Amino acid sequence: MDLLHAVFVDPVAQMISAPDLLAQTVWEGFVAGVLYALIALGFVLIYKASGVFNFAQGIMMVFAALTLVGLAEKGVPAWIALGLTIAVMYGLAVGVERLVLRPLVNQPDIILLMATLGVTYFLIGFGELVFGGNPKSMITKELFLPSGAINLALFGGRVQLQKLDIAAAAIAIVMVAGLAVFFQKTRIGRALRAVADDHQAALSVGVSLDQIWVIVWFTAGVVALATGIFWGARSDVSFALQVVSLKALPVLILGGLTSVPGAIVGGLIIGVGEKLGEFYWGPLLGGGIESWLAYIIALVFLLFRPQGLFGEKIIERI
Amino acid sequence: MFYREAGQYKTTYAADMAIFPIRQDRFGVALILFVAFVIIPAFGGPFFLNTMMIPFLILSLAGIGLNLLTGYTDLLSLGTGAFMGVGAYACYKLETAFPQVNILVWIVTSGFVSAAVGVAFGLPSLRIKGFYLAVATLAAQFFLEWCFSRVPWLVNDNDSGAIEVPNATLFGVFVTGPNATPTTRYLVALTIVAALAWIASNIVHGRIGRMWMAVRDMDIAAQLIGIRLLNAKLLAFAVSSFIVGVAGALMVFLWLGAAEPAAFNIDLSFEILFIVIIGGLGSIVGAFFGATVMHLMPIALRALPPMVGLPIEAARVDQLTTMITGILIVVFLIAEPHGLARLWRTAKQKLRVWPFPY
Repeated sequence: MDLLHAVFVDPVAQMISAPDLLAQTVWEGFVAGVLYALIALGFVLIYKASGVFNFAQGIMMVFAALTLVGLAEKGVPAWIALGLTIAVMYGLAVGVERLVLRPLVNQPDIILLMATLGVTYFLIGFGELVFGGNPKSMITKELFLPSGAINLALFGGRVQLQKLDIAAAAIAIVMVAGLAVFFQKTRIGRALRAVADDHQAALSVGVSLDQIWVIVWFTAGVVALATGIFWGARSDVSFALQVVSLKALPVLILGGLTSVPGAIVGGLIIGVGEKLGEFYWGPLLGGGIESWLAYIIALVFLLFRPQGLFGEKIIERI
Repeated sequence: MFYREAGQYKTTYAADMAIFPIRQDRFGVALILFVAFVIIPAFGGPFFLNTMMIPFLILSLAGIGLNLLTGYTDLLSLGTGAFMGVGAYACYKLETAFPQVNILVWIVTSGFVSAAVGVAFGLPSLRIKGFYLAVATLAAQFFLEWCFSRVPWLVNDNDSGAIEVPNATLFGVFVTGPNATPTTRYLVALTIVAALAWIASNIVHGRIGRMWMAVRDMDIAAQLIGIRLLNAKLLAFAVSSFIVGVAGALMVFLWLGAAEPAAFNIDLSFEILFIVIIGGLGSIVGAFFGATVMHLMPIALRALPPMVGLPIEAARVDQLTTMITGILIVVFLIAEPHGLARLWRTAKQKLRVWPFPY
């Protein structure tokens, strides 16, 4: 009875008695969810276009952020550093396409997954070799990212919103909208969708797969850079950030591997659910449940919809 | 010329289905076992046994376990590290609670504990497939890792949060703990690994193995020909987790001597997966090849610069090793996506028809 009370009644009572705290938790979950969604977006872009489950997305994020900070530390002005980092991400996209994807075309999915893990190892070693293993702080001021916080008087209490988080959410929304327009309205976007639909059919009407892959990996690289800037600003830029990218995986399967809106909705569900769970139910289990709660949430959803919330229905034929 | 089966007649079905149907193969295996059981312990130094042979055997065993699941049944799992942890912690709990019982009994029992946990986390595999399942197994990885670090009962309320292997004897000889010599630990590991590899090989050659392979090739078709998917998949999870759990127990008891929860993190899962894929999916011997590459290659890379006299600091060497490992993985995958086991088979075929090309 005590247990049932602790699990079902007590957290709800807490939520009702302190709505400002609840709002704060939900907001933090929302911001985390937006950032998870951004990482998941990079995964989805690549998975849709090339069927590659890109494990390197997390390290691409760290690598992009490290390149940016590393260049800025060398005295390069922030905007030029940003441009150079984007150029580096383009180089990475071309390199991956040439050296990894093209020789492995038509191999089973698991081989491609392993290849991206190889890329991950390479980038970890390379990044540490070039930039050193110490955590660096993000150049927020030079990039004109706001700092400080806004205090809102809500529900008779006070909810604190970091300006940085608001900027992150705004930029995420702009980016998703931009990508949506890019996919729907431009020539390249149409080609991308064609490739996502059917590789062979796209080839037969003259879409160059190689080119599309470079574009997709580059887009994912830019998304990774944006994600890296905001995660880097919230904590330090270090290889530990890579762990965050593992959080994007439940988001991914929750939303469906092939769906852009799925990545966003999944990100928000996981982000908010995780923070609420940690804050209200975490103490029951001794804390730290954030590390696996997201997976359990995703798993429960998957049991009812095996292809994720927005994924394409899996039709199996003999 | 020497590797040819001409004149070896198989007169029974059993002879035809033997694991090593060719006399030269049987001779080769006997030779390998002789070297492993007699020559290596007699001449191998403690460093060689401790840092190369024992980890190699244990990682191979874990590779065999994962191969049964991923290579033979096509259920991609990223939770291997955690299942190894289950084996290790179960063995630790049992050994410290009942130290008077033979340690080998507890190592095997901890395999069964791991198998039970594996079946529980294998249940979603009935509905979820492919990458969705891989991410679902990550739930096992992170949940179990959290248990290892947050449940003090598992480490006997040890303040350090780590498990330390007690001294245990077998027939009056120290087998585990600080008092055991590397040679004893090597021999115990070798015996267990050889026995389990033999059992695994028999399983995949028999009815169960064929059932798994039918599920791997197409599970709906397998269901249509009368294979119960529930039984087949859960059995794969159980046997795989059993072997992986034993490997985990061996890893702590015979190799590391003490372990923190971080020893069973996701990197270990990936390392085992690499062993399976580079060695060859769906091949027992492949796990040994893969373990050779994944465990001995970094050691060789680390030893290389001092050997040629390049003055490089240790941190640099680690970074370069990570980088080169990444490159080599991609190179291996491009050169032979079916793994080293396929190369091995091709080489044997070439040898058989030598000096003719086919």
